[in-house]
Parts: sequence; C-alpha cells; structure tokens
Amino acid sequence: MSGASPTEIVRFASGAIIAHPLRSGLTSLGVVIGVAAVVMMTSIGLGAQKRVTDSISGLGSNLIIVSPLQPRTPGGVMGGAGSGQSLTDADTEAIQRQVEGAAAVAPSVTGGAQVTADGANWNTSIIGVTPEYLEARDLTIASGRMFEDRDARQGRKVAVLGPTVVTQLWGDADPIGKRIRIRGAPFEVIGVLGSKGQSSFGRDQDDLILSPLETVRSRIIGRRIKADSVQTIYVKAASEGELASVQEDIDSVVRAEHKIQPGEEDDFQTQNLASILEASKAAIGAFTVLLAAIAAVSLVVGGVGIMNIMLVAVTERTREIGLRMALGARRKDVLAQFALEAVVLSLFGGLIGLAIGLLGAAGIAAIGDWPFALPTWAIPVALGFSSLVGLVFGAYPAWRAARLDPIEALRRE
Amino acid sequence: MIQIEDLTKTYVMGEETVTALDGVSLSIARGESIAIIGPSGSGKSTLMNILGGLDRPSRGRYRFEGDEVAHFSDDQLADFRNRRIGFVFQSFQLLPRLSALQNVELPMVYSGAAPRARRERAAELLERVGLGSRMGHRPNQLSGGQQQRVAIARSLANQPDLLLADEPTGALDSATGIEVLALFQKLNLEGLTVVIVTHDRGVADAARRRIAFRDGRVTEDVRT
Repeated sequence: MSGASPTEIVRFASGAIIAHPLRSGLTSLGVVIGVAAVVMMTSIGLGAQKRVTDSISGLGSNLIIVSPLQPRTPGGVMGGAGSGQSLTDADTEAIQRQVEGAAAVAPSVTGGAQVTADGANWNTSIIGVTPEYLEARDLTIASGRMFEDRDARQGRKVAVLGPTVVTQLWGDADPIGKRIRIRGAPFEVIGVLGSKGQSSFGRDQDDLILSPLETVRSRIIGRRIKADSVQTIYVKAASEGELASVQEDIDSVVRAEHKIQPGEEDDFQTQNLASILEASKAAIGAFTVLLAAIAAVSLVVGGVGIMNIMLVAVTERTREIGLRMALGARRKDVLAQFALEAVVLSLFGGLIGLAIGLLGAAGIAAIGDWPFALPTWAIPVALGFSSLVGLVFGAYPAWRAARLDPIEALRRE
Repeated sequence: MIQIEDLTKTYVMGEETVTALDGVSLSIARGESIAIIGPSGSGKSTLMNILGGLDRPSRGRYRFEGDEVAHFSDDQLADFRNRRIGFVFQSFQLLPRLSALQNVELPMVYSGAAPRARRERAAELLERVGLGSRMGHRPNQLSGGQQQRVAIARSLANQPDLLLADEPTGALDSATGIEVLALFQKLNLEGLTVVIVTHDRGVADAARRRIAFRDGRVTEDVRT
C-alpha cells in the first residue's frame, strides 16, 4: 500500500510556510545571518590568503632570509627573530665565499630616523645595505644611481630614496644631488628607487632610504650594536631549484662560523619565502576557521529560532494534525511534513544568506581593495549545513507532532 | 461486516480508573443505517473512536471484514482509517487554508492516488453533494451546511465501507440539518453503511436501527 508521495509532503510543508510569509521570513532570518556570516568570513579569509601569497612572492624571488635568533635562556624563553646580534660581517663573507648557488648576498641593518630637507621633514626607515641589496630584493633604480662598494668603503654619506620619501620632502621636484639631513648629518641624494607599492598589510614599501651599510651602522644606529653586526642577510639563490640546497649550505656555513657544536641550538635562523608563505597561510587559515566557527554559532541560534516557531506551529495546528491522522496520515507522514517544513525554512534562509554573504564579501573586497575569493565549496556546504540545521532543530517539534493522539488532537480548540 | 465482542475501554485518570465501555457486544451488517444515542459520558463516542480505528480497546475483539482491528499496528490503523472509514465531525474539521476541492482530495493524497485522478474524483464528489460551483471556495467562504457537505464529500473520497458521523447536525440550524440527514439517507440507500452518533431524537428516528448507551453498556438495540 502506498502512502503520501514525497512531492505532496513538500507541498504541505511549503503551503504552511507561504501561509505566514512574515513569520516564515523572520524565522529564517537567524539562518540567513548565520550563513551570510560564515560565507563572508570564509571568503574574506581566502582573499587575505591570496593577497599574502601575492605580496610575499613580490618580496623577491628565490629569496632566503638569514636572521639572528636569541638562544634559549636558561629559563627557556626564546627571543623573537631579529632580537639577537649574532650575525656579523664575517658571516656575510663566509656565505659569499663558501655557498655555491648564492647569486647575491646582501647584509642589512635598519634604523628609524627623522629626515629633514629644505624645511620639510619626514620619519622613515634607514636601511644600511651593500649594492647587492637591489638584486637580492628585486629592486630597481628609477633615476640617478645606486651607490657602489667604493662609496661604502669610504663611508660616504649618500642616500638612495624610496619614492614616498621624495614626495614627502619635495613633492614632484627632482631630488638628485639635493642634500638631506638624517639625525643632523648631511647626506647627498644620488638615486631614487622604482615604486613597489603597498604590501598586503597596507605597509608602504616605498617609504625607506637606502644608504651604505657602514655609514648607517656608525651614523644612524651608533653604539646600540657592535661595529661589525648585521641584522638580516638576504641571500638570493641562482634558481628556484637550488633554493633548498642553498638554504642548507647557509645553515652549515653559519653554524661552522659560529662554532655551534652538533646538538646545540642555532643562534640564527634561515627562512625561504616558500616556508614564510606556508606559515602565513597556515596562520590566516587558522584565523579564518576561528572566525567561521564564531559565525557558525549564529547558525545554531538561527536553528533554535526555527525550533521555537515549529513548536508553536505544532501547538497551533494540533487539530490539523489530528484531522490528517483521522483521514489516514501515518505518523511518519506527519513527522515528514513538519521536519520538511523546518528544513525548507532553514534552506530558504541558507540560500538568502549565501547570496548576502557573497555580495557582502564582494563589497568588502571592492571597498578594501582586497581580492575577492569565491569559495566554490562554500555553496554546497552552506546549503548542506542549513538543511542540517533545519533537520536537527525541526526533528523534535516534528516528533512531538507525530506522537499526538488523534482523538485528543481533534478535540483541541 | 463488523463483529465486536465484550469490548471494554478503561482510562486511568489520576488515581481513578474510568470505564468508558463495559463489555459491549454487537454486530453491524453491510448497508445498515444506525443511530447511536445516549447522554454524554455514556460511552458512545468511545465506541465510535474504536470503530473508526482512532482508538484501541482495552479488552475484547473488534473484527472488521474478518480482520482483527484491535491488533493493528499504528500504520495499519492509519491505512484502515484511510481506506475503510469515512469520518464526518460535528465541527466539520476542514483545513482553512485549502479550497473545498483540496479538502476533498486530502484522503486520496494519503492513499497515494495520482494528482489527476484525485482531482477528478474530488470534483465528481462535490458535484454529487451539490457544490459543483463552489470547488475553489475556502471553508470560510461557505455556509455551515455547505461546509458539512464538503466534509461528507471528503469522507467518501476513498469509497469507505463505513461512514461514521459524530453529531453531524449539531452545529447546523434545523433546516440545514434536515438536508444533511437527507444526504446520509441517500448514501445509505445507495448501499453505504452509516453510523451516526447523536443525542438528537429526531436524528435518531431517521435511522433504521437505534442503539442506546448508558454507563458504557448497551441499554436498547431496536430496529424501527
């Protein structure tokens, strides 16, 4: 014997929803907000990942970054990268001499200072480097020239400016040959860098001044560091395929230079862009999952709203349930009708929420100059989840409806 | 068609046990027209609920065309109500959101009839009860008598063996009530077994057999 067909049950369920459009809309609202929040958070997270990937690749290709590491203190506390002063000119020379496949080795120190020129002033980073820095970091000279080894050895006070610094100090004027003062010391501007634009985190990559390593160490940073200390050594591998072997070689060369015994911990670290990229992606991924999880809480709240309204509906429609049973509805027909009603409400909310979430993510991407990532898998997941929410939170009210005694139900006013 | 033997129904209400039916035995033949009368609390509604498969007896036998209905599962009872029984209630019990046609279709939805066949059958039934021109009307657009006629059309949807009517004229004025009774008589003359539960003497007189209840027992069973 065949019972009511699934199509008919769906019709009964949607009929009840359409009969109360405002109430159904408000009931779905919780799920709308939940799904929209999850979709938006996921999309923004994916956009951030894409952005970071793009910008880290833009730092320079085949780059390995060597930075000091404070060895663990007896208490087990480890200093952050760059907090130590373990790298020296000797390490730079050792890498240059011994590591094959290193196309450019560029030591650097960084200090901040106020720069003044012709009455204007500007706070920026002063980076002490060698000429190889340009190659290592994929930088270009837009006008003038880069300083040479000779300038560095002579400790000449010359500077190559990032475009932002030029704009801040002189506007559109040509700065080549002009004088600037950094911490009171006069420097000659000999060149301007090509623009690299903003990094993914909104940091202006054009806001810097390059000057010879020796000059910056003695004039700008002064006594805070040892005379031969460097902060970061940038090493460019000749090709992508050599990246791993070059990194290993640097590790062993610097360990030998620092006389680190096997089993002892390194007082420096080497990172290549691939590993940095991976680490940042993992960090953003974890953050995205966290945000989506928080957003998912509102989905649960939406489910509770559906359950609440479905319980009210079962009470309101007790007589209808009794009548349907008297006319031959089996308990499972009643169960299916009410469970489906909850699923349709929730799924409807999920569809609207998906649309709002994608529109919202696209809007934020447009306003924030952020790449819009469409998480294709998010569509089935959002719809699947909202159906599941409806099913889970509709199950109890539907079970209550199916358990009603038809005689009692028919008698209810 | 129906044999009931020693049918007993007791309810536990708090500390007390209430006996609604106390060892009732009777049989109903195909084509009979029966009025069940008695004051409220006499057990007549309980009997009707058991006859219609809405309730199970505490004890005793209920055989319907040879099937032991007292032993049916919930699903079997649902199908039994769907195929064998037509219910007519005092308060009509039409679904307010559905049109007259859709209300009449409802039992056929649960029997799994194809939509087209269902609609044709429902339309034909509404014609038979004189509502051919009001098929698209909602219950609140119909008079009480019209609503009860829709309910009667609905009760006939799956060609039941037994029509059970609980105070079918209770909510109608007397002129409309007479029309509805005439409809029952017509259906009975066409061969349908009709059982009407009532406390209205006039309604009872229209039936050919009268069974009176008091305190859960049959006190009178006469053919007129």
